[in-house]
Amino acid sequence: MRNVAVSCHGITKAFDSGENQVLALRGVDWEVRFGELTLLVGPSGCGKTTLISVIAGLLDATSGELEVLGEDMRRLRGTDAVVFRRRNLGFVFQQFNLLPSLTAVENAAVPLLAARVPRRTAVARASELLAELGLGHRLNALPSKLSGGQQQRVALARALLHEPKLIVCDEPTSALDHETGHAVMELLKRVAVREDRAVIVVTHDSRVFEFADEIAEMEDGSIRSEGLEAVLEGELVERI
Amino acid sequence: MNFVAIQMLLGDRIKYLGLVTAVAFSTFLMSHQSSIFAGVMNRTRSQILDVQDAGIWVMDPATQYFDEAKALPDQALYRVRSVEGVEWAVAMRKGTPVARAADGTFRTVILMSVDDDSLAGAPRHMLAGSLADLRQPDSLFIDRAAYYYFFPNQPFRTGRVFEINDHRVTVSGIFESSAPFTNLPIFYARYSEALKFQGRERNMMTYVLVKAKPGVDENTLCQRIARETGFHAMTTQEFGWATIDYYFKHTGIPLNFGITITVALLVGTLVAGQTFYIFTLENLKQFGALKAIGVTNWRITSMILLQAGMVGAIGYSIGIAMTAAFYEYFSKNVDLRGFFLPWQIATGTAGAVLVIIVIASFMSIRRVLVLEPAVVFRG
Repeated sequence: MRNVAVSCHGITKAFDSGENQVLALRGVDWEVRFGELTLLVGPSGCGKTTLISVIAGLLDATSGELEVLGEDMRRLRGTDAVVFRRRNLGFVFQQFNLLPSLTAVENAAVPLLAARVPRRTAVARASELLAELGLGHRLNALPSKLSGGQQQRVALARALLHEPKLIVCDEPTSALDHETGHAVMELLKRVAVREDRAVIVVTHDSRVFEFADEIAEMEDGSIRSEGLEAVLEGELVERI
Repeated sequence: MNFVAIQMLLGDRIKYLGLVTAVAFSTFLMSHQSSIFAGVMNRTRSQILDVQDAGIWVMDPATQYFDEAKALPDQALYRVRSVEGVEWAVAMRKGTPVARAADGTFRTVILMSVDDDSLAGAPRHMLAGSLADLRQPDSLFIDRAAYYYFFPNQPFRTGRVFEINDHRVTVSGIFESSAPFTNLPIFYARYSEALKFQGRERNMMTYVLVKAKPGVDENTLCQRIARETGFHAMTTQEFGWATIDYYFKHTGIPLNFGITITVALLVGTLVAGQTFYIFTLENLKQFGALKAIGVTNWRITSMILLQAGMVGAIGYSIGIAMTAAFYEYFSKNVDLRGFFLPWQIATGTAGAVLVIIVIASFMSIRRVLVLEPAVVFRG
């Protein structure tokens, strides 16, 4: 297996804004490797969210070459792209985005339900995973009855349940206090990072940098610097 | 994902109940008002359909509907009888004299006549007395509703006396009839008796009732009677529909009911549509998350249709049950007889609810389909 999970070359993304075009990505060159937890950091509005949306196939790049898990993303269109996401990607969102009327275990089971796995099987597997993540006693609780940290653990279970090869996390700790955020990142590092899986975490929370295997810093639509030491040496914390 | 769709719908109890209530009351109003309308229209022809011996009605060519007919000359009967294909033809009188009971209670009644010899045209469903009792002099039959009106809370008993046009007449039978449009009591008497009770006019015969010979097509016979006598002839069904058609075109009944039914449809569509759209908007992030996770547009569409279909099915069931319960509850009320929920209206209302649901879900589906799944990354 190639060690590179995500490969971006000259990725641009332009949005129409009335008569003008806004260039959110200005030729991104970046690689994400399997077996690592990679942080994508940078100030607000620098293009982090746009970049992970493009990598995840939620947005199409305007130009450039993008390969995700060996698949040329320019060739994936419509249902093929949806099926690719369903099979290979897991998501953790900033606001958790759990379905409020489903219990914790049902929320975690959603990716398998989407793949037409029978509900009983999906729920059984989700129960096991939630127990592993320390939520075995809250399986049937609604999201409104869970703390922020517990909700994010349910979201993590939802991202992991179908054994995806790439996990994309958008600001997973920004809605949590320091202690809870730290616990969630520990969990992410412990259960999500595997030899055959890559994890991208978008964040501007400098307190979670210690969990990174790699860091890429974005600025104004492109990668400013890459590599753990290079980024940290560049007084990253002050800039973001 | 059907499970997820249903849970999403049931999770927001207030909106779910609002949606179901909107569809239920819309269903109730549409089916209830349509049934009342159908009942009212059917009442306009009920006395025509109650005459089951004859299949053809002969009348003055200017007659448009049952309740208003110009009397025919006596020779009309003989001319009709002479037409080939006529098995028998009898005179019929329909009048509206005033009947007064012994206690002074009076009311305008519909007095229908039957043939003196054969009793053709007589009511079939007797509740007291027998058909032969009509042969007694100065006797008549009255319908159940008339009996209840004149003799409330009293058991059926013949022999009661009325005064009609200074004539003393005796009730020799009580029968069940279809409710007339005007809700007036219905009396039956032999033709000669009916003429006697109502006093003489130059022409007394309202209709000629005709029975076609076996094997003779009634429509063909109608044309032949019209051609050979100059009178107008219609089959029972044709005359019934002509009467309905008259009331439909010349009264405000269809317009008023039509407005109510249309408003029920519009309000149901708007309330259900708006509530469902708001429900979808509030779940937009969740739908975005599902799209990001890998749920196809087709599955999302089917989820929304399932939610809408469930609301429609439950709302319709409640609404149609309310209508059915209404008519069941009032089925014992003699003044409301003839009103019921026809299966055609139940089916038609289901179609209207389907339209409501399709329109209500269309906007929601459109909104979700154009939703960029990347929206989930925007905090």
